[in-house]
Amino acid sequence: MRLLALASRRLLASLPTLFLVLVGLFLLLQLAPGDTVDALTAQIGGGDPAMMEQLRQFYGLDVSVPVQLGRYLLRLVQLDLGFSSIYGKPVASVILERLPVTLLLMLSSLLLAIGAGTALGILAARRVHRWPDTLISTLGLVFYATPSFWFGLMGIVLFSITLGWLPPGGFEEIGAGFTGLRRVADIATHLLLPTVTLALIFLAIYLRIMRASMLEVMTQDYIRTARAKGLGEAGVLLRHALRNALLPMVTLIGLQAGTLLGGAVVVESVFALPGLGRLAYDAVTQRDLNTLLGIVFVSALLVIAVNLVVDLLYARLDPRIGGRT
Amino acid sequence: MSALGRFLRNPAGLIGLVLLLLVLAAAVSASFFYPDDPLRLAGRPLQWPFANPRFPLGTDNTGRDIAAQLLHGARISLLIGVVATLLSLSIGVAVGAIAGYYGGWVDDALMRVAEMFQILPNFLLLLVLVAVFGSEIGTVTVAIGIVSWPATARLTRAEFLTLRQREFVEACRTLGMRDARIILGEILPNALPPVIVYAGVVMATAILLESALAFLNLSDPNVASWGNLIGAGRAVLRVQWYVSAIPGLAILLTVLAVSLVGQGLNDALNPRLKGTP
Repeated sequence: MRLLALASRRLLASLPTLFLVLVGLFLLLQLAPGDTVDALTAQIGGGDPAMMEQLRQFYGLDVSVPVQLGRYLLRLVQLDLGFSSIYGKPVASVILERLPVTLLLMLSSLLLAIGAGTALGILAARRVHRWPDTLISTLGLVFYATPSFWFGLMGIVLFSITLGWLPPGGFEEIGAGFTGLRRVADIATHLLLPTVTLALIFLAIYLRIMRASMLEVMTQDYIRTARAKGLGEAGVLLRHALRNALLPMVTLIGLQAGTLLGGAVVVESVFALPGLGRLAYDAVTQRDLNTLLGIVFVSALLVIAVNLVVDLLYARLDPRIGGRT
Repeated sequence: MSALGRFLRNPAGLIGLVLLLLVLAAAVSASFFYPDDPLRLAGRPLQWPFANPRFPLGTDNTGRDIAAQLLHGARISLLIGVVATLLSLSIGVAVGAIAGYYGGWVDDALMRVAEMFQILPNFLLLLVLVAVFGSEIGTVTVAIGIVSWPATARLTRAEFLTLRQREFVEACRTLGMRDARIILGEILPNALPPVIVYAGVVMATAILLESALAFLNLSDPNVASWGNLIGAGRAVLRVQWYVSAIPGLAILLTVLAVSLVGQGLNDALNPRLKGTP
């Protein structure tokens, strides 16, 4: 219960921040050359001033900026994100269509990065300054330095073009009409390469953090105590060391939730995945500012949600956190 | 042992330094080997590397010399990396120092701003900035600096929070020193080492951000950027994959060099933290 109170307090505290972000971005986008109507008329090959005036009225662009901002925020409270000019649909429904792909990609990448990062970090810490440690640490450095989009492209060259094992892009085989498990397997093969691509840099960061915190934790007194009471090495490692060594990594996951989403933009573009990131890219290149603002709003919500989960997880791993409030 | 001595005895830092010097040499020698515009049409398109001695690394799909773009690209990457990092560090250190030193509502307000940047995915914010202000190379560099300062601010603030309570700071206050002099002359030099180490991470991220932006065709198309070349090579990925592969390796090596130097600095400046405790 106390945990829940803590979580809801954190959530409430992030609301003003979210509000400020939206106001800031709304004003920032007013500086952009051309408005929605300009983009729209450019797309249909120009229009006469009278029609453009009418369209401006339709989109509510004929009033002053503060009034527009007020209206926008008012609609936002009702979860109405406005109308997308290039898709001809409400922004909310465009985003909802794309969200599952991005969520799936982010979740699978995060799980891979956490799992592999933890395992490799522990392995490196157990063999510190010997060849497995050197190998893993070097690999981590190289992963960290690899541009994700380039890794993705090279993955496509090797696994899709040369070997023909994996599809080069897309979310699923369109028109194949797979259902049930068959569809799950199809999506999994499509997401394998994007997941590894997005996870790479986070894997590198987590393994480095895990190695460092594992090394630090293993020198603590309670580890010696656990050993002294005759606990096996696996027990010491998993029950006592890992639980504490996980804390820095969990903190980092919350801090990097935004980076993960930003990475998804690039990865989705490489693999032509119909997700939120790809939508953001299209919105920027086609100047659909309403959609762009909506995506930023949803991304910010997502980051806040991830941080909430991280807080709860943290409190669970470290009982002192929940009690201190 | 001095910090420099420790740095030079560290294999990771040393390898990084050598790599970084290589990239620097490429950037400096670009005009010497390829005085012409690297984006001009140089020969028949899509010649494989080593096939024609005139183009040691081949040509891309529009007939531009890849080797020339690689050397000139080193310049762009390093320039963007250094300038964006300096900008990001200046903002971050200023905000962090003021927040950490004064505390109270100043701290609250500044950290709220940092939080605003943190709940926005930085790449998304970068897209918005480029959409609004255009993708000219200077604009892109400034935008990268703007999206990447909050982490530095947090780091600096944390250092200031612990340092402002120390006796030497109390002593300065008792002597009647002004705040600006205490912050700049007394606390900052002590707070800088972790920030300098972190600069490696900022620079590596800046280079990666620009290359990703260029890959998406959202950076300046009129400069020879490695990301631009990878993006161009994407159209011929199926057969002429080398067009994308070569500049990607260049980015990898540069970022690796920067992070290795950062790690070497870390080990040299914070010797207590190195290796097994």
